Amino acid sequence: MTDALVPLLVAMPLLGALFVVAAGLVSERGPPAVTALVLVAQTGLAGWIGSRALLTGELSNEVGGFVAPYGIELVVDGLSAVVVVLVAVVSLVVLVYAASDDPGGTAFYTEYLLLVTGLTGMSVTGDVFNLYVFLEISGLATYALVASAGTGRSAVSALKYLLFGTVAASLYLLGVGYALVATGTLNMADLATELAAVGYDSPLVLASFGFIVVGLATKTALFPLHTWQPDAYNDSPDSVSALISALVSTVAAYALLRIVYTVYTPAFFEAVPVARDALVLFACVSIVVGSVLAIAQSEVKRMLAYSSVSQYGLVVVGLAIGTRAALFGAIVHLVGHAIMKGGLFVAAGTVDDLTGATTVEGYAGLADRFPVLGGASAVLMLAMVGVPPAVGFAGKWYIALGAVRAGVWPVAVVIFASTLLTLAYFAILVERMFVAPASPSVRAATDGGADRLGGAATAPRRLLALVVGAAVVAVVLGFAVTGLETALEPTLDTLLS
Amino acid sequence: MIELITTKYTYLVVVALLAIGAYVMIESDNFVKKIIGLNVFQTGIFVFFISAAFRTGGKSPVVQSGGGGGPFVSPLPHVLILTAIVVGVSLTAVALGLVVRIYESYGTVNEDTLEEVLAND
Repeated sequence: MTDALVPLLVAMPLLGALFVVAAGLVSERGPPAVTALVLVAQTGLAGWIGSRALLTGELSNEVGGFVAPYGIELVVDGLSAVVVVLVAVVSLVVLVYAASDDPGGTAFYTEYLLLVTGLTGMSVTGDVFNLYVFLEISGLATYALVASAGTGRSAVSALKYLLFGTVAASLYLLGVGYALVATGTLNMADLATELAAVGYDSPLVLASFGFIVVGLATKTALFPLHTWQPDAYNDSPDSVSALISALVSTVAAYALLRIVYTVYTPAFFEAVPVARDALVLFACVSIVVGSVLAIAQSEVKRMLAYSSVSQYGLVVVGLAIGTRAALFGAIVHLVGHAIMKGGLFVAAGTVDDLTGATTVEGYAGLADRFPVLGGASAVLMLAMVGVPPAVGFAGKWYIALGAVRAGVWPVAVVIFASTLLTLAYFAILVERMFVAPASPSVRAATDGGADRLGGAATAPRRLLALVVGAAVVAVVLGFAVTGLETALEPTLDTLLS
Repeated sequence: MIELITTKYTYLVVVALLAIGAYVMIESDNFVKKIIGLNVFQTGIFVFFISAAFRTGGKSPVVQSGGGGGPFVSPLPHVLILTAIVVGVSLTAVALGLVVRIYESYGTVNEDTLEEVLAND
C-alpha cells in the first residue's frame, strides 16, 4: 500500500536538525527544546505508521515519484515498524538523560537528530545503495557524538571508530557493487528475484554476500570485528553511550537481517549451505568470546560493551539459523537488548555522576546506599542473563528453540553456555552491589561527598525513573512477546518465503 | 594474460588501490597517513563502480526523442559514486577534525607515541 507519510519519518528529524541550528542562534535553551519537540513528533508519527504497518500490512512510498525498481523505494513492513518505533522511543527517552547530562550545545543536538535520521532511514529504506548512504549518515553522527565528550581520549576512540566504520561501510558498498554488476538493480525486492535468476552459486553473488556480511558485522561489532566498540562506548559521554549502545549496532544488525532475508532470501542459504554455516560459526564464536572478554573487564562500561558483542552474536545466530522461531527470537532479542543495555548504560552513568565509581570494585555496597538504582540495575542485569519472565529470556528461548528445531544442537549448547557466562559477569556485579561492604567512593557519596550533582546525595528523580522504567519495560515486554508474535506473523511469513 | 591486462586493466587498478589503501591504514603509525590510506581504499571502490559501467562503444546516455541510439554507458554507477564521493569527503573532514583534536590534547599524531602517552595518563 502506498503511503505518503513514510518519507516524513526521515525528513522530519533531518529538517529538525536544521531547526536546531536555527534555534541555537536565538537562545541557548532552544536546541534541547526543539530536539525534544521533533522527537515527540517523530515518536507519534512512528507509532502511527508502525501500528498501521502491523495491522494492515506493508506500507511503501516511491520517493519523488520515480517508479521502483528505478527510483528509491521506502518500505515499512512489520519488522521495520518495530525498529522505527524503537529508534524513536529510545532516542526520545535518552534525550531526557542527555539534557541533564548535557555535553551540550547546538552541535550535540544537531548530531543527535542526524543520528535519528540515519537510523530511521536505514530501517525504512528498500534500496541497498540508499542503505549505504544512511549507514554513513548515522556513522558520521555517531563519530561526532562519541567525540562530544570533549576529552582527548574520546577523540582517539572516535577516530578509531571512524576508521573501522568507514572500511566496514566501504566493504558493504563493494558488496553492493558486485550485486549491481550481477543484476543491474539496487531495489531490494527486485534484487531478490534478479539474484535468483543469476544463480546463487555465481561467484559475483557469493562475493557480494561475503562483503556485505563482513561490512555489516563490523558495524554490529561481532568478534573479531568489535575492537572499535568498547573504546567508543567507554569514552563517549554517558548519555551517548546509552544511545549508541541501544540503537546503532541494533540497526546495523537489523540491516543484516533485512539484507539476508529480503535480498538474498532463505533460498540462498538452501543453495549455499556453507554461507549459513559460516555465519552460525562466526556468531557462536562471538557469543562465547564476547562473554569471556566481558568477565575479564574491571570497568563497568567496558563490561557492558563486551556483553553487547556476545548478545549481538545471539541475534545473528538466530537470523542465520533461520527457522521461524529463531528468526522471531532474533527480533525479540534485538529489541530487548536495546532496552536492557540502554537502561544499564544510563544506570552506569548515574552511578558515575553520584559516586564517581566506574569499576566493578567501586560498585561495592552501592545497593545499600541507592536501593532503587541498585535494585533496578539488578533487574536489568538478570533480564539480560535471561531470567524468566523478562524479555531477555523470551529472546534466548525462541532462538534456542529454533536451533533445536533446526537440529543444530551445538548452537543450543552455546546459547545455554552463554547464559551461564552472562550470569558470571553480572553476578560479580550484583554481588558487589548487594553483599560487599561499601567502597571508598560509595562511602564518600554517603557522607555527602557527592558534589557533582550540586551536593545532592540521592539519585536525581528523572534518571531513576529512566532506569526503573527500562527495568519495568524489560519485564513487561517478556509478557507481551506472544502478542508481538501474532502481530509479526505476516511479516515473518514474507521474510521466510 | 596479456589480454586480461590490456582489456581489464582498470580492475587491476582497483585491486592495487584497495590493497595499497588497506596496507597504509594498517601499517602506518601516523593518523593522517591512515586517513590517506582510507581515501585510497575508497577510491579503489569508486574506480570499481565506474569500470563496471563501461561498455565498449557506449555513448553517454542521452536518449533522443523516439528512443534508440544505443548502446549507452550505464549512468547509474556514476550517480552512485558521485554520492559516495560526497560521503567520503565528509568522512575525511570529520576524521581530520578529530586528528586536530588529538594533536591539541596530546601533541602527537603518531599512534605509538599516543599509546605511550595514554598508558601514562
